[in-house]
Amino acid sequence: MSGRQPVLTMTAISKSFPGVRALDGVDFRMFPGEVHALMGENGAGKSTLIKVLTGVYSNDSGTIELAGAEVSFSGPMQAATHGVSTVYQEVNLCANLSVAENIFIGREPRTFGAIRWGEMRRRARDLLARLDIHIDVTQLLGTYSLAVQQMVAIARAIDIRARVLILDEPTSSLDAGEVEQLFRIMRQLRDEGIAILFVTHFLDQVYGMADRITVLRNGRLVGEYPTAELPQLALVEKMIGKDLDVLEGLDEQPKRELAAIEASTPFLRAEQLGRKGSVAPFTMTIHAGEVVGLAGLLGSGRTEVARLLFGADRADHGGVLINGKPSPLRNPVTAIGHDIAFCSENRRTEGLVGELTVRENIILAMQAARGWLRPIPRRRQDELVEKYISALSIRPANPEMPVRNLSGGNQQKVLLARWLITEPRLLILDEPTRGIDVGAKAEIQKLVVQLSDGGMAVLFISAELEEVLRLSHKIAVMRDRQLVTELANDDTVDAVRVMQTIASGTHHEGPNA
Amino acid sequence: MTTTTPSQISGRPWWRIPQRHVPVLATGALLLVMYAVGVSQYRAFSNVQVIFNVFIDNGFMLVVAVGMTFVILTGGIDLSVGSVVAMTAMVCASLLQAGVPAPLVLVIALLIGPTLGFLMGAVIHFFEIQPFIVTLAGMFFARGMCTLISKSSIPITDPFWTDAAQQRIGDPKGNFVSISVLIAFAVVVVAAYVLAYTRLGRNTYAIGGNPQSALLMGLPVAKTRIAVYTISGLCAAIGGILLSFYTLSGAPLIAVGMELDVIAAVVIGGTVLTGGSGYVFGTVLGVLVLGVIQTLITFDGSLNSWWTKIVIGGLLFAFILLQRLIGIRKK
Ligand SMILES: Nc1ncnc2c1ncn2[C@@H]1O[C@H](COP(=O)(O)OP(=O)(O)OP(=O)(O)O)[C@@H](O)[C@H]1O
Ligand SMILES: [Mg+2]
Repeated sequence: MSGRQPVLTMTAISKSFPGVRALDGVDFRMFPGEVHALMGENGAGKSTLIKVLTGVYSNDSGTIELAGAEVSFSGPMQAATHGVSTVYQEVNLCANLSVAENIFIGREPRTFGAIRWGEMRRRARDLLARLDIHIDVTQLLGTYSLAVQQMVAIARAIDIRARVLILDEPTSSLDAGEVEQLFRIMRQLRDEGIAILFVTHFLDQVYGMADRITVLRNGRLVGEYPTAELPQLALVEKMIGKDLDVLEGLDEQPKRELAAIEASTPFLRAEQLGRKGSVAPFTMTIHAGEVVGLAGLLGSGRTEVARLLFGADRADHGGVLINGKPSPLRNPVTAIGHDIAFCSENRRTEGLVGELTVRENIILAMQAARGWLRPIPRRRQDELVEKYISALSIRPANPEMPVRNLSGGNQQKVLLARWLITEPRLLILDEPTRGIDVGAKAEIQKLVVQLSDGGMAVLFISAELEEVLRLSHKIAVMRDRQLVTELANDDTVDAVRVMQTIASGTHHEGPNA
Repeated sequence: MTTTTPSQISGRPWWRIPQRHVPVLATGALLLVMYAVGVSQYRAFSNVQVIFNVFIDNGFMLVVAVGMTFVILTGGIDLSVGSVVAMTAMVCASLLQAGVPAPLVLVIALLIGPTLGFLMGAVIHFFEIQPFIVTLAGMFFARGMCTLISKSSIPITDPFWTDAAQQRIGDPKGNFVSISVLIAFAVVVVAAYVLAYTRLGRNTYAIGGNPQSALLMGLPVAKTRIAVYTISGLCAAIGGILLSFYTLSGAPLIAVGMELDVIAAVVIGGTVLTGGSGYVFGTVLGVLVLGVIQTLITFDGSLNSWWTKIVIGGLLFAFILLQRLIGIRKK
């Protein structure tokens, strides 16, 4: 690769936002036909670098060269016409347009200015078929799951004849099968000579795909390394700039005995709880101080279980006992009244208020629980917020920053803090570590252990099996919208066994089968 | 056919109507019911000319409502249209009075509205000011211009105008429509085409759906935003000319509050106020609903004409509730 010319060279790029130096003299280059991972903690500046490159932000200083010629794009469309095609971090499509339109809008096939809808639909179908997605492209995008939306965004990007393809955390809402599908396409495109910039917090994905790694830390370049020459530990150290002790210590701690935890009356018992078209009736108990992991593929009904237990969806079958008393969870307000908190996976649409500050966002749920007539004293607010900003290492550690300006991972942490602060008795965490960097992920896991040791019941939903295994006392396995089995998480249980349980059964279909 | 799995199809049987079409269909059904009531109550109501008159009386409003549809689809609002209609009529009347030839008057009249719309759109986009405020300012400005031109009504005697006003296009049975109705239909057809088949149209929907995403998808947000206010201005200008055909005069205080009727028509026609969803066809139905209510109340004779407003208010409320319910169900 060394003899070749880079297709893209960014030199000494700096970019400041009011109060934050997001990029400080960063150099970055990409060669044709490589997958290049851009790594760094939440808030390191990865997304900002991408937005500077594609003209969403203008850089304060530095130059960008594409195939030897200096460029400065006015926006994503101009970048795309020069062969730089991007999938930004959050799914950025329009839910009110059809799938086909979302793929082609701005580049629709036309004759004399008139859009050829038929051809557009056909091409959209073909393109999605390449990603092994078979859906009705005339339906509104909003009717599909986040994972499908993510794949549509990727389809949009790969349809552009790109020289440089940028994927900012494309895999965070995909399941294993879909990730493999995406990787297959990425390899194919790479072999066609396209340079692919890939951002992710999944280290195994980096080592599975990337030829080269560039590490950023606090807006500065740490270095560029061939993947083969940078062992995983060294990578993490370079990202967080210190030794890894935070990541250790979790596995060694012996888990408290499940039998002891389950001796008391369960905090919550779901009795044949179910909802047509959402989840088949299931029975589940969660005790104080217990972490129940919910494993299963994307679309297997994990989130739906959480929504039922939070009253976000109304059950049409069975019932719920709280502390042994029948307590129908009609809506989230009743659930919150029973001290149940739900940290949703969908932070953008269901969670944060972008205009409000970090402090206001964190306080929101607690204030709502107290009622708006009893404002939380400012001193107390500051204390609490301060505590969680440092516990979750939210960066920048500025409570008065509008949440909209935080990096994706840090927004996720704010959402988490909002629910932690209410000190619920049952905390439902739906993919709490998605899009969160290794260091913070470990912090969150530690926190979950701490909270459950302190007597909180936790329902922990994650696509990452290791995480579920590490934290849970017992694991409920979901498949095809059914709770198939519950495994006590003892020495006999490991990732392989859970995988087998997920996969077993004569008739198994993944969401994209 | 493509294969689908349970988690991916929306699970809609073929006979279920897509939810995005429910508001328009509701409006259509309402229109039919109102017509049926009219026919059953008043014998003369079944006369085709009654329907034609609804179009004749509301042609200018239809054109303005079409422009408003574009703006509302982006999630914006244009409060200036009523004043721009009046201003255009005033300009026509005063220029004709001064002896300017009719074709030139038409050209000038057709330029003023879009220019104002363009400026408002630019201010809204580049200074990031609420459309409500900017177009409110535009409304006061245009209304002020009207009285600046003349404090009292100016009659129009130009032969081109009087011809246009009196021209009847009809069938052998004597039913007829005016030129204005044909122009209004032309505007509707062009607008529907633009929204469905051009990039400008699709970008309008995209911006209404999610402006941030539209930007990151590389769509020309600035151009589109400015374009919709320009289109609304153009439609208001055409509406003003049609109104001057209809009244053969320009009056400084005509069409006061018309913007609100127009917004009501668009919303009753199923266009969602927050943008991103709606059709020109719905707007046509919305205008017809308002027109038919008016006709029904005129036929009744005993009812105060303010009942029109009360009924419109009730309907508006009902339709916004309907949209809301559909929005909730979707979640
Ligand atoms: N529009 C903005 N206004 C102000 N500050 C911003 C803005 N966008 C980003 N920042 C700040 O710039 C820094 C870098 O953010 P960026 O989104 O590039 O991080 P990232 O590396 O992509 O993180 P993550 O892994 O969480 O996505 C952060 O401190 C963030 O708060
Ligand atoms: Mg990012």
